[in-house]
Amino acid sequence: MIPVLGAIGVWLFGWWLNSRLACGPYADTKTVRFLAPLIFGLTVIAIWELLVRGLDVPLVILPAPSVIAVRFADSLPILWADFVQTIIKGALSGYIIGCGSAFLMAIAVDRWDFLRLGLLPVGNFVAALPIVGTAPILVMWFGFDWHSKAAVVVVMVFFPMLVNTVAGLREATAMQRDLMETYAATYWQSFLKLRLPAAMPFIFNGLKISTTLALIGAIVAEFFGSPTLGMGFRISTSVGQLSLDMVWAEIVVAALAGTAFYGLVAMIEKGVTFWHPSQRG
Amino acid sequence: MTSAGIKAVWAVLTVVGVIILFWYAASVPMNIKGVLTEFERAGEQVDPPKAVDRRDMSEFELVIDNPYAIDETWEQDRPRLPAPHQVAEELWDTTVEKKITSKRSLIYHSWVTLSATILGFAIGTGLGILLAVGIVHSRVMDLSVMPWAIVSQTIPIIALAPMIIVVLYSIGIQGIIPKAIISAYLSFFPVVVGMVKGLRSPDAMQLDLLRTYNASRSQGFWKLRLPASMPYLFTSLKIGIAASLVGAIVGELPTGAVAGLGARLLAGSYYGQTVQIWSALFAAAILAACLVGLLGLIERAVLKRMGMAQ
Repeated sequence: MIPVLGAIGVWLFGWWLNSRLACGPYADTKTVRFLAPLIFGLTVIAIWELLVRGLDVPLVILPAPSVIAVRFADSLPILWADFVQTIIKGALSGYIIGCGSAFLMAIAVDRWDFLRLGLLPVGNFVAALPIVGTAPILVMWFGFDWHSKAAVVVVMVFFPMLVNTVAGLREATAMQRDLMETYAATYWQSFLKLRLPAAMPFIFNGLKISTTLALIGAIVAEFFGSPTLGMGFRISTSVGQLSLDMVWAEIVVAALAGTAFYGLVAMIEKGVTFWHPSQRG
Repeated sequence: MTSAGIKAVWAVLTVVGVIILFWYAASVPMNIKGVLTEFERAGEQVDPPKAVDRRDMSEFELVIDNPYAIDETWEQDRPRLPAPHQVAEELWDTTVEKKITSKRSLIYHSWVTLSATILGFAIGTGLGILLAVGIVHSRVMDLSVMPWAIVSQTIPIIALAPMIIVVLYSIGIQGIIPKAIISAYLSFFPVVVGMVKGLRSPDAMQLDLLRTYNASRSQGFWKLRLPASMPYLFTSLKIGIAASLVGAIVGELPTGAVAGLGARLLAGSYYGQTVQIWSALFAAAILAACLVGLLGLIERAVLKRMGMAQ
C-alpha cells in the first residue's frame, strides 16, 4: 500500500513543483521551459515504477521502468544490431532514395503545368492512403532482408515529400519571378537563386514528416517477414515470448531514434532557412 | 464547368491512364518467369527450355524470346504482380457477388476494420480535444504536457501495437477494443497538436474585444476560441482518421486475427495470394478515401454554415 500512497505523493509534489514554476516569476525563461516537461516526465516514470511495484503488476503486463533500464543496458549489442538493420539500412536508405526521387519528380512536375494538374491530386490522394499495406507485396518482391524495408519506406515517403516540394516551388511570388525575368535570368538561375531557397521551408516540412513515416514503414514491414534481426522482428518475437521488458527496450530505441532523426533534420533546417520568420522568432 | 476545370480533369485522367498502362507493362516482365514455368509443365515449347537456364536470364530477354506468353502474364492464378483487371475482378467478386455475411466478402472484412477505426477515432479525438482545452487553459499543462505531445509525433508509436494487443489479450480483453485503442492512440496526438493551434488562433485584437465586452473565460471559449479552431480541427481530423485506419490495420497483424483488412493482407502474404493482397489494399485505400472525403464534406458544410468557407 505504501508505494501506491508514495505514487500519489509524487504526483502531487510534481504537480506542485510545476505549478510553482509555471506561475512563478521565471515562467517564460528557457530553463523553466526545459525543466517543466522534464519534471513531468520524471514524475510519470516514478509513478509508473511505484505503482508497478506497489500493485505487483506481473511482468507480462507492464514491466517497471527499472526492469526496462536493466534490460536495455544488458542487451546493448542486440539493440545496436537491430538499430543498424532497421534504422540505418532499412529506414535511412529508403528515406534518402524516396525523398531524393520525390524531389527530382517535383522539379519535373513544377516545370510542366500539365503534370502538376494531373499528378498533384493523385499525389494528395495517395498521401492519405494506408500505404503500409504495400509491405507484404514489397516483402514478396524484394525478399526478407533490408531491401524490402527500404522499398516500403520509399513508397511511404515519396508522396508527402512530392506534394510539399511542389507546393514550395510555387512559393516565390509573381513579383519576385518578374524581377528575375528583368535580370534575364535563365530557368536554372532563377530556380537555384530564387525558387529553391523559397521552397526550403516546405521541403523541410516534407522531410520532417517523412522521418516518422520512414521509421514506421521500416518497423511495420518487418512484421511481414525479416531476417532474424531488426526492431520489428524483435518486437514481434519478444511479444510472442512474453518478454515485455525487451519490447519496451526496443520501443525506447525507436523513440530515441525517431526523436534524434527528427531533431537532426530540424537542426539542418535551422541552418538552411535561417532567414525565414518562423526561425527568427 | 470552366475550361481550367476540364483541363485539370483531363490531366488527372491522363496521369491515371499512364499509371494503368505502366502497370500492365510492368506485369509482363514481373510474371514472365512464372508463366514460362507453367508452359514448360504443360509440355509446351519454351525458349530456353530449361528452368535452370531461365533463372539467371533477364526478364526482358525472356519476354522478347517468348512473345506468345505475354497474354498469359495478365491471367495468372498467383502472379507476382496481378494486372489491374484481375484486381478489379477480385474486388467485384468479393464485394458485390458475395453475401456480406460471408467470410470471403471484403465488405465484411472492411466493416471489421472500419468499426475498430471509428470507435478508436471517436475515443482519440474526444480525448485529444479535451487535452487541448486543458492545455490552452492551464499554463502548467501547457508547459509540462505540450512538449511531450509534440515529441510523441516523431516517435513510431505503431511499434507499440503488437504489445498492446498481447497485453490486453492476457488480461482478457480482445476483439474490437485493442484495435480501437491503437487507433485512438494514433489519432490522439495529431488532434491535440492541431486543436491547440486552433484554440490559440484568435489574435490579440479579438481577445481584447471580448475583454471589453467583459466576457467570462467560458464565454470566450464557446464564442471565440472554439469556432475559430474549426478549420484546424478538421485538418487534424483528416490526418487522424487516416492514422486511425492504419492503426486498425496494423493492430490486426500481430495476433493473426481472422477478420479484417489487415488479416486479409497477412493471410494473402502467407499463402502467396497476391490478388487477395492487392484487393485488400485497394479496399483499404477506398475506405481511407471515403473517410477522408466524408470528413471533407462535413468540413465544407460546417464551415459554410459558420460563414468561414473560402
